[in-house]
Amino acid sequence: MATLDSKVPKGPIKDKWTTYKDKINLVNPANKRNIDIIVVGTGLAGGSACATLAEQGYNVKAFAYQDSPRRAHSIAAQGGINAAKNYQGDGDSNYRLFYDTVKGGDYRSREANVYRLAEVSGNIIDQCVAQGVPFARDYGGLLDNRSFGGVLVSRTFYAKGQTGQQLLLGAYSAMNRQIARGKITMYNRHEMLDVVKVDGKARGIIARDLITGKIERHSAHAVVIATGGYGNVYFLSTNAMGSNATAAWKIHKKGAFFANPCFTQIHPTCIPRSGDYQSKLTLMSESLRNDGRIWVPKNMDDVMAIREGRKKPTELTEDERDYYLERRYPAFGNLVPRDVASRAAKERCDAGYGINATGEAVYLDFKAAINRYGTEQALLHGDTNPSAAKIIELGEQVIEAKYGNLFQMYEKIVDENPYKTPMMIYPVTHYTMGGVWVDYNLMTTVDGLYCIGEANFSDHGANRLGASALMQGLADGYFVLPYTIGDYLANEIRTGEIPTDTKEFDAVEKEVQDRIDFFINNKGTKSVDHFHKRLGKVMWDKVGMARNEKHLKEAIAEIKEIRAEFWKDVKVPGNANEMNTELEKAGRVADFLELGELFALDALNRNESCGGHFREESVELDGPQKGEALRNDTDYKYVAAWEFKGEPSEAVLHKEELEFNDIELKTRSYK
Amino acid sequence: MDLTLKIWRQKDSNSKGQMVDYKVTEISEHMSFLEMMDVLNEQLVNSGDEPVAFDHDCREGICGMCSMYINGEAHGPDRGITTCQLHMRMFKDGDTITIEPFRASAFPVIKDLVVDRESFERIQHAGGFISVNTSGNTQDANALPISKIAADEAMDAAACIGCGACVASCKNSSAMLFVGAKVSQYALLPQGQIEAKERVLNMVAQMDKEGFGNCTNTGACEVECPKGISLENIARMNREYLKASI
Ligand SMILES: Cc1cc2nc3c(=O)[nH]c(=O)nc-3n(C[C@H](O)[C@H](O)[C@H](O)COP(=O)(O)OP(=O)(O)OC[C@H]3O[C@@H](n4cnc5c(N)ncnc54)[C@H](O)[C@@H]3O)c2cc1C
Ligand code: SF4
Ligand code: FES
Repeated sequence: MATLDSKVPKGPIKDKWTTYKDKINLVNPANKRNIDIIVVGTGLAGGSACATLAEQGYNVKAFAYQDSPRRAHSIAAQGGINAAKNYQGDGDSNYRLFYDTVKGGDYRSREANVYRLAEVSGNIIDQCVAQGVPFARDYGGLLDNRSFGGVLVSRTFYAKGQTGQQLLLGAYSAMNRQIARGKITMYNRHEMLDVVKVDGKARGIIARDLITGKIERHSAHAVVIATGGYGNVYFLSTNAMGSNATAAWKIHKKGAFFANPCFTQIHPTCIPRSGDYQSKLTLMSESLRNDGRIWVPKNMDDVMAIREGRKKPTELTEDERDYYLERRYPAFGNLVPRDVASRAAKERCDAGYGINATGEAVYLDFKAAINRYGTEQALLHGDTNPSAAKIIELGEQVIEAKYGNLFQMYEKIVDENPYKTPMMIYPVTHYTMGGVWVDYNLMTTVDGLYCIGEANFSDHGANRLGASALMQGLADGYFVLPYTIGDYLANEIRTGEIPTDTKEFDAVEKEVQDRIDFFINNKGTKSVDHFHKRLGKVMWDKVGMARNEKHLKEAIAEIKEIRAEFWKDVKVPGNANEMNTELEKAGRVADFLELGELFALDALNRNESCGGHFREESVELDGPQKGEALRNDTDYKYVAAWEFKGEPSEAVLHKEELEFNDIELKTRSYK
Repeated sequence: MDLTLKIWRQKDSNSKGQMVDYKVTEISEHMSFLEMMDVLNEQLVNSGDEPVAFDHDCREGICGMCSMYINGEAHGPDRGITTCQLHMRMFKDGDTITIEPFRASAFPVIKDLVVDRESFERIQHAGGFISVNTSGNTQDANALPISKIAADEAMDAAACIGCGACVASCKNSSAMLFVGAKVSQYALLPQGQIEAKERVLNMVAQMDKEGFGNCTNTGACEVECPKGISLENIARMNREYLKASI
């Protein structure tokens, strides 16, 4: 049985990364030219990794399923990116960012990785500004910051509501420079379908050209997986339609352990579902919680009146509203971390206070902020006695400047004006903290196989703080992996080019081809989406925001059934040797159907509540924290890394015990 | 509502395409346009036909993947949005909707409504970057203040999502708005100055090589651009180009 070695360097946490970098093996520039690296995925993590690796001199082959790296799902990130710059002088530091991230993650992440992340965070901002990323600035020309949930400082850098877009375009531009120099070969519209190992080392991939359907072999000295998260296992999520787990799952089946799959983030502020035809759900950035107040009516009569259209939310007086986050968590109020905010919304809606027809929506209200900003602006304009209308006009202008694109997005979807009536929001699956297990070097349990960005499990524990995914993706890609990979590649300088006409490539290509042929020839009766939606419903109902043993056991059985039926009855029209979007979906859903089972198994195994994982069996029974999640450090202070053994539910559990030397283990309190 | 759809079907880049009629029923006004297309495709799959291929991913107006030409307009009726943000409340019961791919000689059709936009990629390779090393050894981000106005204007230009609606809407299939947006973003920032000359010359040269047409100032691109990229960006690029050429 393989043992997990996290390879965390010795020494004080503040010096680990620097000392390690000083001692790590390096590859000399002349040798780098003879080394190939495959990077699958060109979002923030993969794109930035490609750019730095190419700049260092390696030959990079990059893959993405979209028609350009600029379209990776990272593009959709709205709110911002954290960095411990302390430009606001509000007491921020690397240690504080490290502390907030570990605490926010409910003490289920690896200290050394998180500290390194905090340490390089400042560099990311320097780098992006040098690349021409147009971050928001104040009137003095310096960078502006906002604050995000779960922290008490302002450390979030942003570019309007399009931070992910601008950061990705920055990484994309850095890639373009290297593509022009011939150091990166970009394979757009290509999907990785499996990894090829030779003598235990990752040596290449099998990919499908999504335009021609051709199955291709690509070899390299190391393979990097940067394919994002698996939130679409729920069918409905804020992820892009194509976001998938295939690459991560395929490497899991070839020996990479999968860690903490049940740690999933359900984001509190998304636009609620409107009908069965819904294909995805849209996030309203967490930054809105800086200025929006969340509430439901106090009285059931008002809830009913609003649902039936007899009353408008704006007609309710302050006394008739329950600002339940401010009531329950006075210290953090509307800025509690995401998991806490989501469960609180569910609690109110389960109690019957949901304000739309489905009963699954709460209000996010900007009226107070509009008044506050309006009054402030009037004063700034020298108007000491402004009319109510003037205040609203000026206040709305401020809100528009801050969140204009989000408000527009909301209005287009819901057909209501959020400046005039509160937004409706509800929690939705958004991000997956779990993922492929990696050591300090970001290497998986397979030699030469790396995993970065949302696809790995490393930094966010059981809950990710807002604006930290972008930070992690760029840290991994620009500054961490390009160093750590050298340590492995230093032993590969004499290997020479990896041939693809070998039995190992033959075998994996055949597996891939057989599966494609199966789908095309199966001629079943039900569409791929039919199965995906059924899986999603089981996941949401039984492995969603609140979990219990009974439901989890049922979920495992039901997912198995859906999977068996899928393999009997799925219908994929068209051919293999052409663009075939149903075929693409079939492969992805087949993998989700296995991952979902492991997910439920992991949730069943972890009989504690921590971060986004809430077990109904594990809550505080009394005291000031009564009803809040109860973590169990005695039994579960570990990373659950699963080894594939043929069936998802037969996976073998390996534990990486977590050590907390630089942070005291405490109950997370936002009261 | 019940609708008739006239959709461009084309097997691959070598085949000839044609418009084909379909019917969809019970479409809710709250559906997005692409959800309506999902309904059609589910219907086609269930009856054993091939679904209509179309590009899409984020479904929230930011990735630039979706690219339909609906009733003669890129991204359909309604302004300031992409196809995936278009909602069925813009249509009414009994309507006939024509759906075609973005057409331009530099955007060959791959299948049905999917087009090849690699030409945009090659323009970006030609100069869409600032040559700074990604080593992390750059100066502190606040060492060089940038006026809020310049930063905001650069942001407005940088908001382009590379969808190609500007090209599809232009009778000359000009890519000036797309290229102008990138040139402008960097021209407005101090970091972009050093390579300003080569950038604009190289990007424009590549644009011409790809077979995009000339700009004759009709302004159709600005009208259809989902991100409100303004013609001012084309003017700025022209000035940059002139500066670089003398
Ligand atoms: C709506 C939304 C808003 C968000 N806002 C924020 C925010 O404000 N701040 C923050 O920090 N985080 C935010 N996040 C989270 C953050 O955006 C993501 O976690 C992060 O961008 C993931 O980056 P990545 O590089 O790991 O993966 P992605 O950006 O998802 O990239 C995945 C890449 O892999 C490729 N790929 C996938 N599968 C395959 C395959 N089989 N073969 C070939 N290529 C493949 C894709 O083409 C793509 O290039 C947000 C997320 C969402 C959904
Ligand atoms: S300029 Fe506008 S229309 Fe043209 S590619 Fe950019 S976003 Fe699309
Ligand atoms: S699908 Fe991303 S912009 Fe329309």
